[in-house]
Amino acid sequence: MIRFEDVVKKFGDTTVLEGLSFAVERGERVTLIGPSGSGKTTILRLLMTLEHLTDGFIYVDGDPLTHELRGGKRVERRPKDVTRIRRRIGMVFQQFNLFPNMTVIDNITEAPVHVLGQSREEARQRAHALLDQVGLKHRAGAHPMELSGGQQQRVAIARALAMDPEVLLLDEVTSALDPELVNDVLEVLREVARTTDITMLIVTHEMQFARDVSNRVLMFDHGHILEEAAPDVMFTSPEHERTRQFLQAIL
Amino acid sequence: MTDFLDTLTAAAPRLWEATLVTLQLSVGGAAVAFVVAVLLGLASLSGVALVRGTSRVVVEFFRGTSLVVQLFWLFFVLPQLGVDLPSMTTGILALGLNYGAYGSEVVRGSINAVPKGQWETTVALSMSPVTTMRRVIWPQAWALMLPGLNNLLIMLIKGSALAGFIFLQDLTFVTDQLRRTTDTFVAFGIGMVIYYLIALGASGVLRWLERRAQRRLGLAPPTRRERIRQNAETARLQGTGAVGAPAGGGAAGAPTGGGAP
Ligand SMILES: Nc1ncnc2c1ncn2[C@@H]1O[C@H](COP(=O)(O)OP(=O)(O)OP(=O)(O)O)[C@@H](O)[C@H]1O
Ligand SMILES: [Mg+2]
Repeated sequence: MIRFEDVVKKFGDTTVLEGLSFAVERGERVTLIGPSGSGKTTILRLLMTLEHLTDGFIYVDGDPLTHELRGGKRVERRPKDVTRIRRRIGMVFQQFNLFPNMTVIDNITEAPVHVLGQSREEARQRAHALLDQVGLKHRAGAHPMELSGGQQQRVAIARALAMDPEVLLLDEVTSALDPELVNDVLEVLREVARTTDITMLIVTHEMQFARDVSNRVLMFDHGHILEEAAPDVMFTSPEHERTRQFLQAIL
Repeated sequence: MTDFLDTLTAAAPRLWEATLVTLQLSVGGAAVAFVVAVLLGLASLSGVALVRGTSRVVVEFFRGTSLVVQLFWLFFVLPQLGVDLPSMTTGILALGLNYGAYGSEVVRGSINAVPKGQWETTVALSMSPVTTMRRVIWPQAWALMLPGLNNLLIMLIKGSALAGFIFLQDLTFVTDQLRRTTDTFVAFGIGMVIYYLIALGASGVLRWLERRAQRRLGLAPPTRRERIRQNAETARLQGTGAVGAPAGGGAAGAPTGGGAP
C-alpha cells in the first residue's frame, strides 16, 4: 500500500532521512517509535505531502506520490496527480487543528462536500454516524472552542474518516491531551482499527495502545530503521540495546 | 452664545453639504481601498513569483509616494492622457489606491497569522486552494485584520481632507472658509466635532464586525440571538424538532424557523 524507496529528506544542511526504504501492506497497522528527532513525524508529513521530498520515491499502491521516473529522470508529478493520490490518505494531528470558524458538524462535512462533491444531506448523515461513533453525537452544533481537547481530537478523527481514507496517519494524537482524556481517544481509535481495514501509520508513546492495534513496530534511530518486530516481541525482547534503553525510558 | 448659534445656523447648510462630501470620499475611498487591499494582499501571497513581485512593486509605489502627489497626478496628468474623471471619482480613487496599499499589508499579515496547522489540515483534507482560502483561512484572517483595517479607515477619513486640493468642498475646505468669515475657534471646533463623530461611527461599525467575527471563531460569547439560532440548529440536527433551550429559556419560541425541514 505504502512504499518508501531510497527516501532522502534534508532540512537545509541537516539530513533527517538518508535513503530510507520500507513498505506497509494494505490493512496493516504499523507503529513508529524512536527517540525524539529520529524522523517519525517527518515520515508521516512526507506521506501527507506537507514536506518536500528531497530525493527518492514514495509509492501509494504502486502509484508514485510526488515524484516519478520519466525517461530515466526523477521529476515532480503534476499537482493534479498528487492531489488525486493524496485523497487516499488522511491525517490526524497532535494539535487537533479543528477549524474554529465552523461548528463541529461543519468541520466534518466541509471536505466531503467541497472536495468529494457529496451533497450536504449525504455528508451530514455520514457526519452524524461518525459523531455517534466517536461518542459526540450531542455536540454536533457546538463550536470547537467549547469542547475539551479529547473531544476536539475525536472530532478531528471523525473529520479524517469522513474522507474515507485508505491510509490514516496518526502523529502523537494524544500527546497534547490531559492524561484523563487520553483513553477516550485511544478507545475510539481501537474501535476504528477493529471495524475498518484502513491502513494505519501510528506514531505514539502509548505502548499498550501500540500493542493492541499494531501488527508491526518499527524502531527508528537517526532516520534509520534500527529494528522491526511484532509488538509483543519488540516490547518484551528487543534485539538492540538502544531499543531497550529507549523503551525503558518511556515505559 | 447667540452669536455662536447664529453662525452655526447660517453655516449649517454648507457644513451639511461638506459633511456629505467627506462621507462620500470616506465611504467610496474605503470601498475601493478594501478591494485593492484584498487583491494586493492575496497577490502578495501568490505562489507565482511574477504576481508576488508585481504586488510588491505596486504596494511600495503607493506607500512610497505621497497621497497629495497621487491626487495631483490623477487630477492633472490623467486628463492630459485623455482620461477625464470627475473630482469626486479622482478623490475616491486616490484614497482607495493609497490606503489600499497599506491595507494589503494588513491583509497579508493577517493571513500569515492564521496558524500553520490550519493550512496543513486543508492539505490533509485535499482542499483546493480556493476552498482553503474561502472557507478556512479567510474567515479566520478576517477577525485578525479588522483592528488594523479600523486604524486605516480612521486615517483614510482624515486623509480625505486633502480633497480640497482638487477643489472638492469637503469638510476641511468649508471649515477653513468658515474660519475666514467667522471665528477660528468656532469654525475649527465644529469641524473637529464632525470629524470625530464620523470617525466614531466608522470605527463603531468595524468594531461591531470584529466582535461578530470573533464570535464566529468562538472567541467571544455568542449573542442571545445567535445562541437561539444555534440551539435551533442543534435540535434540527438531532432531529428532535424541538428545542430544549438550555440557555435563554424565554426565547423558546425561536425554533419555528429551525423546525422547518
Ligand atoms: N521544518 C524543519 N526545519 C528544520 N529541521 C526540522 C524541521 N522539521 C524537523 N526537523 C528536524 O528533523 C529531525 C526529525 O524531526 P521529526 O520531527 O521528524 O522527529 P520525531 O521523530 O517526530 O521527533 P519527536 O518524537 O520529538 O516528535 C529533527 O532533528 C528536527 O529538528
Ligand atoms: Mg514527532
